[in-house]
Amino acid sequence: MKILIIEDEQDMLDTMKNFLEKENFVVETAVSILEARDKIGIYEYDCILLDINLKDGNGLELLKDLKEKEIEDGVIIVSARNSLDDKLEGLNLGADDYLAKPFHMAELNARVKAVLRRRQFKGANKINIANVSVDLDEHTVHVDETELSLNRKEFEILLFFCSNQNRLVNKTALAEHVWGDHIDQADSFEFIYSQIKNLRKKLSVAKAELEIKAVYGIGYKLVVL
Amino acid sequence: MKLQNYTTSYFAGVLLVLLSIWAVIFYLEMLDEIYDSLDDGLENQKMLVIQRAKEQTDILNKPEFDDGSYTIKKVSPNYGLQFKDTYRDTLMYMQNEDDFEPVRMLESVFKLDNSYYKIKIVTSMVEEDDLIEDLLFSLIMLYLGLIVSILLLNNFILKKIWNPFYLLLNQLKDFRIDKDKTITTSPSKIDEFNLLNKRIEQMLGKSVESYNSQKQFIENAAHELQTPLAISINKLELLVENNNLTEDQIAMIASALNNLEGLTRMNKSLLLLSKIENSQYDDDETVNLAEISKELIEDFQDLATHKGMKINFVEAGSLNISMNRQLARVLISNLFKNAIIHGAEENTIEVKVSNDKFSVSNAGRTEALNPDKIFSRFQSIRTSKRSNGIGLAISKAITERYNLNLNYEFTGRHNFYITR
Repeated sequence: MKILIIEDEQDMLDTMKNFLEKENFVVETAVSILEARDKIGIYEYDCILLDINLKDGNGLELLKDLKEKEIEDGVIIVSARNSLDDKLEGLNLGADDYLAKPFHMAELNARVKAVLRRRQFKGANKINIANVSVDLDEHTVHVDETELSLNRKEFEILLFFCSNQNRLVNKTALAEHVWGDHIDQADSFEFIYSQIKNLRKKLSVAKAELEIKAVYGIGYKLVVL
Repeated sequence: MKLQNYTTSYFAGVLLVLLSIWAVIFYLEMLDEIYDSLDDGLENQKMLVIQRAKEQTDILNKPEFDDGSYTIKKVSPNYGLQFKDTYRDTLMYMQNEDDFEPVRMLESVFKLDNSYYKIKIVTSMVEEDDLIEDLLFSLIMLYLGLIVSILLLNNFILKKIWNPFYLLLNQLKDFRIDKDKTITTSPSKIDEFNLLNKRIEQMLGKSVESYNSQKQFIENAAHELQTPLAISINKLELLVENNNLTEDQIAMIASALNNLEGLTRMNKSLLLLSKIENSQYDDDETVNLAEISKELIEDFQDLATHKGMKINFVEAGSLNISMNRQLARVLISNLFKNAIIHGAEENTIEVKVSNDKFSVSNAGRTEALNPDKIFSRFQSIRTSKRSNGIGLAISKAITERYNLNLNYEFTGRHNFYITR
């Protein structure tokens, strides 16, 4: 899987590259529209992460070019502006997703994988980890052949963990992903704990070969037993 | 009280006192002049009567006034020598008025052919009560006339003179530092007003400038902090993924992460607040607060359940407001968050929507919060580390942006309500 990150902030670029490479993606980078145009012209990417504010122009222009040339790469807009206009314009121009800075890497990871899945499987997609299979269309989870009954939030949590297998998932990132942005200032995220507890119980009862491990004070990690 | 009325009332008061004093003096002066003139007339008449008596001795014995205006009566020389002329006011029956009317009477003694005669001469005089009445009436007319003239003067002339002042005042009344509206003044013939206009324009210009630069600073600062914060958090997360860390080291990183995340949240809030104040949310639509509440209650259910709280939703009407949907969600969710974070555990949160009011109430501390401070930034009671004290300030800013009212009330429970 090849990913192109177009981002002019070197630190940000390094962090994203570093994180995605650990997910075994091939990551290329560009720091300007000019450089990005060169790379897009030569290579094909599965997903492009596009910053809107670049030194030599607006990333949305690049997006227009891509769509005019009928280049089918998946595009996720990454913007520090967090304005609804940018978001709507970007999505109208054919971007697959929009992510406002600052974001958690786990969130970026989940979004990238969602875009890749949608493109590769044309909708019909499943994630298989160990003996657990998550069906994203049916919103069902099977352990071996038995269906696991999860509520909507438990499903979202499990899916988020599956996208970030073996990675540290910060509980803030998890809360924002599952409960929405406006939960972000809620009193401690301890309430997440009860949901995790339920999910763990259900997984262990079904003998899933997965475990959600707590990382002291920070968050959780999904590991294959 | 308006400036005009204020001066008019002063004039009215001063005039009332001045006119009263003036009226008394005028009355006394006039009366004095009348008596003087009457007394002169009486003296003259006396001399005429005495002259006549020298020729017509029969009038020397005339004890009654009858149809004349005098009486003459012989008196002893002893009495006559001692007698001094007196003028006095007395009453006399007047046939035309069928009443006793005041008259002025001169009593005098004269000597004729070695005999002394006492003469009384009367002349009718002004009726004092009538005089006072007339005078009072005229005075009231004068007074009213003066007041009316002052009012007219005030309304036409003073208004014209003070016009630049009122123009300025009207603009100041509607002036809001966060709106892009400046004050415009027109030059006046009066130096003081020109100076006032100039100074106010300068002062407001300075205030708007510093307000804007402060706003800009907060926004820029918050904006610039975003990326470094995110990068720091991400790097620390990557560090934790490193498997050779001891538990102590992880705990330290966790603490750093928690603090950085607190900072990120506060930063986000400040950014949101300045965006609201900069009116960067302008796509308004009709928003049904009851619907949004239902959605958000769903989202907050887990958090509430975790604290053993129950959210009761009462829909007694529908409250539709034209505003930005995203801001409406922020507004309501901040009130919910506030209620859940500060509310007493194992209690209920009441959410009520009626046609003109949206309210959220929770049980909590038993004393009322200070309603003047509660909506200011960083004023929250720090019962929780996760609360940064900006939530309510954001809600307030949103309601102000849409000319809604957000108020607090303590009725045993803490009540926050929005009204139009």
